[in-house]
Amino acid sequence: MKIKITGDKIFRFSAGIIVASAAVILIASVYILTTGSTEVLQRFGLDFFMGTNWNPVEGRESFGVLPYLLGTLVTSGIALLIGVPLSLGIAIFLAEMAPKAIRVPVSYLIELLAAVPSVIFGLWGLFVLRFWVLNYIEIPVNANLGWIPIFSGTPFGLDIFTAGIILAIMIIPTVASVSREVISAVPNSIREGAYSIGATKWEVIRHWVLSYGRSGILGAIILGLGRAIGETMAVTMVIGNAVGPNAMPTSLFQPGQTLPSLIANGFLEAPTPLEKSAYIGAGLVLLLLSLLINILAHILVTRVLKVKGGAVE
Amino acid sequence: MDTTEKMKTENLNAWFGPKQALKEITLSIKANVVTAIIGPSGCGKSTFIRTLNRMHELVPEARISGQVLLDGQNIYADEVDPVQIRRRVGMVFQKPNPFPTMSIYDNVAAGLKLAGAKKGQALDEIVQKSLQQATLWDEVKDDLRKPGTSISGGQQQRLCIARALAVNPEVILMDEPCSALDPIATAKIETLIRQLAENYTVVIVTHNMQQAARVSDFTAFFYLGKLIEYGETNALFENPKSELTEKYITGKFG
Ligand SMILES: Nc1ncnc2c1ncn2[C@@H]1O[C@H](COP(=O)(O)OP(=O)(O)O)[C@@H](O)[C@H]1O
Ligand SMILES: [Mg+2]
Repeated sequence: MKIKITGDKIFRFSAGIIVASAAVILIASVYILTTGSTEVLQRFGLDFFMGTNWNPVEGRESFGVLPYLLGTLVTSGIALLIGVPLSLGIAIFLAEMAPKAIRVPVSYLIELLAAVPSVIFGLWGLFVLRFWVLNYIEIPVNANLGWIPIFSGTPFGLDIFTAGIILAIMIIPTVASVSREVISAVPNSIREGAYSIGATKWEVIRHWVLSYGRSGILGAIILGLGRAIGETMAVTMVIGNAVGPNAMPTSLFQPGQTLPSLIANGFLEAPTPLEKSAYIGAGLVLLLLSLLINILAHILVTRVLKVKGGAVE
Repeated sequence: MDTTEKMKTENLNAWFGPKQALKEITLSIKANVVTAIIGPSGCGKSTFIRTLNRMHELVPEARISGQVLLDGQNIYADEVDPVQIRRRVGMVFQKPNPFPTMSIYDNVAAGLKLAGAKKGQALDEIVQKSLQQATLWDEVKDDLRKPGTSISGGQQQRLCIARALAVNPEVILMDEPCSALDPIATAKIETLIRQLAENYTVVIVTHNMQQAARVSDFTAFFYLGKLIEYGETNALFENPKSELTEKYITGKFG
């Protein structure tokens, strides 16, 4: 019997292989990180996740990733808080308002920004952005609102806040260009229907375009969040790299540390197997965090965003 | 037959960038009757009705010259807000375009909510009345929370008619509203159009001459962006004055 090989079969076969290898790589990563961190997990157990010390001195070892886990969440949160509205503004402007003569070059420019290596962002952050943030935001805010814990301390520009800002800037190209694509893909018939019942341009954008594109835009935000959580180089260069309890992100204007920056700073110099395994454990936490956020986002897209009444409130 | 004038265009020209789509159209649209716009594809029918509620200007680089009067007032005058015009002159499109992210209820209520209506019994009543007027209520009354796109094409088009009716317009423009529908759905919409003419001024674009003959009181024939002939539907079909009209209605071209 002869088996007929069609293009369709070849495609399905290769697609299957790619999907399978993605799954294998993911499982293998979890496996390698778990075995690599067995030592630290066995020794410290839950304290590894909840502890705040990071002390490699022999005899008094203590490893806890909580400050860096929180540092990752806080810097990524700042990045989303600042980056998403800006990205959406840019996307809306480009897709709905800008004439073609502006839209095409600016869209291209923004996509180009996505290609800038992160070490370049880091250098710019270290030599330029740091001082802007320090002089125009941190010092005035600290002077006036320093009594609020998150604005307290003695700002000097290499801290959690600056890291959040640089992350915000770094996610804008991705979030803005994907959102622009999503908005451009909203069928014109929907806009026309809305205009025909007396919607203004802004209402059309707000209640129809963004509503129709919401799962795509959420996807864009998740992509940005993924980048912010995993970003290493630029953050390492501006976050101040605090270690241990000092790295707890209690004030935005103090040095902190994220999981990636912790690993980048320390892994290669880790002298003992236990310390090495602590860094691998930090990697495991980072991977699990990314997976968790992606799963939550998926649930959000499928459950929460299904059609419900009252899109125009 | 009531023959007061509801809308009128005067020396109306329309362009898409450099391309002129309408040339010097002067046409009167009478109140509470159905006016059909016929003509071969590309002759400017859609462009014409889209100038009547200022939808034309939404196309980049589109512009017009001349006047469009609604109850004697030029809708293109500087002080006129196109949003107000579109509330008074509603529109139904060629392809049914209910809002996919909204329920059937919200599709109908959307225009009212934009105008500030709050949830409640009053809104429920208008939604129900609009769906009844569009002869859709009985078919969807138990499914008001389902997405507007979950019903058949013919039902979707009637939903779009209900959506237009809900904001209480004076004029309803329909751009080939049956061209995407099967004959049964088409017949329902045609019956509905006749009913609507009792309370509204209806302008319908159609490329189907039988449809124009069935539903309209007056017919305008467009060709290459120009208004060739206008008159009572029966007269125009039985006794066309222009040779072009005769050729078109006897199927010699188009
Ligand atoms: N968005 C547009 N951009 C450029 N030209 C257009 C556009 N829409 C329509 N036209 C042109 O304007 C003319 C009239 O089109 P239209 O009003 O759609 O005709 P009809 O509805 O009678 O088929 C056609 O020549 C068409 O090619
Ligand atoms: Mg048309």
